[in-house]
Amino acid sequence: MVETGFTVYLLAGAGVFIIGFHALLAQAHLLRRIMALNVMGSGVFMVFIALSARTAGEAPDPVPHAMVLTGIVVSVCATGLALALADRLQSVTGATELEGGPAPGPNAGSGGEESHP
Amino acid sequence: MIPRLVLGTLSLAVLAALSWAVLSLPAQPPGLTAEALGKLPESGVTNPVTAVLLNYRGHDTLLEVAVLLLAITGVWSLRQGEFPAADLRERPLLMSLLRVLLPVLVLTAGYLLWIGAFAPGGAFQGGAVAGGALVLGILGGLAGRWMRRESLLRLGLALGVLVFASVCAVTKALTGGLLQYPPGQGGVWILLIEAAALASIGLTLGLLYVGGRPPAGPAEPGEKEPDGHG
Repeated sequence: MVETGFTVYLLAGAGVFIIGFHALLAQAHLLRRIMALNVMGSGVFMVFIALSARTAGEAPDPVPHAMVLTGIVVSVCATGLALALADRLQSVTGATELEGGPAPGPNAGSGGEESHP
Repeated sequence: MIPRLVLGTLSLAVLAALSWAVLSLPAQPPGLTAEALGKLPESGVTNPVTAVLLNYRGHDTLLEVAVLLLAITGVWSLRQGEFPAADLRERPLLMSLLRVLLPVLVLTAGYLLWIGAFAPGGAFQGGAVAGGALVLGILGGLAGRWMRRESLLRLGLALGVLVFASVCAVTKALTGGLLQYPPGQGGVWILLIEAAALASIGLTLGLLYVGGRPPAGPAEPGEKEPDGHG
């Protein structure tokens, strides 16, 4: 019974990661890609926490806990930097997507978001 | 773009691989719980997570604090931040909320820092609360004058790394090991690092919300006001 609970958390973590993974590849808008990376990170944290609860002994393993704790703050800061980069890209080129996607064109600054409902 | 079908197949394949990977992990891994708890009396704190963060794996945490500094440095080099104008007369409700909330948040951040030694809490949790308080203060237009004192902000942002690295140097001189605290003194060193890290983490998170370097204004205005982090 206990083992089933861990399995659910582990698989759910993998599932959350894949939701982000799919969005990262499917969505061209940088804002959506940054959000996708955050979703992927949440999946990884979930797996870590589930694994730390499953280790031998009564108390959960503190090492993955410490990693997730710092990881959350680091991911927030990485997100802030990514958003600043995306904003910089938009203000310099007008694009909200990286090259290689659908041609952004000069009006992509306002039209990029509507093209991906 | 990648075709939808290829993308779906790829995602399902990676999901299958990941599921297999997490399911094939040992059901009862030894982990590091025994080692972490066994050395706990020597670590200077009784909360195993804090012991891992600032004693066993202190180098890791030092580098993570440095990553936060790098992130805010990157953001500052890319953009100039935007601060809401400080006109609180138009927002009386916000001001009366902040008057109650900000002191409580600052108190909570300090409390989290203190209990980190023996219960869940510490610099990262306290720093997150302090960062939230700073965001509220910025939104309320209360932080505008501090934001023009860029050298003070820079010092606050770098404080965590500076103190952490100084503690590395001092402990190296005292005991011959980086971050190897003198016996029985671990708690004091950890609290010192955590206090500095909290200030930097809170300031970093709050200033990331602004999304850029402080606006160029009258540099270092003369008025005196109480210094402090978020």
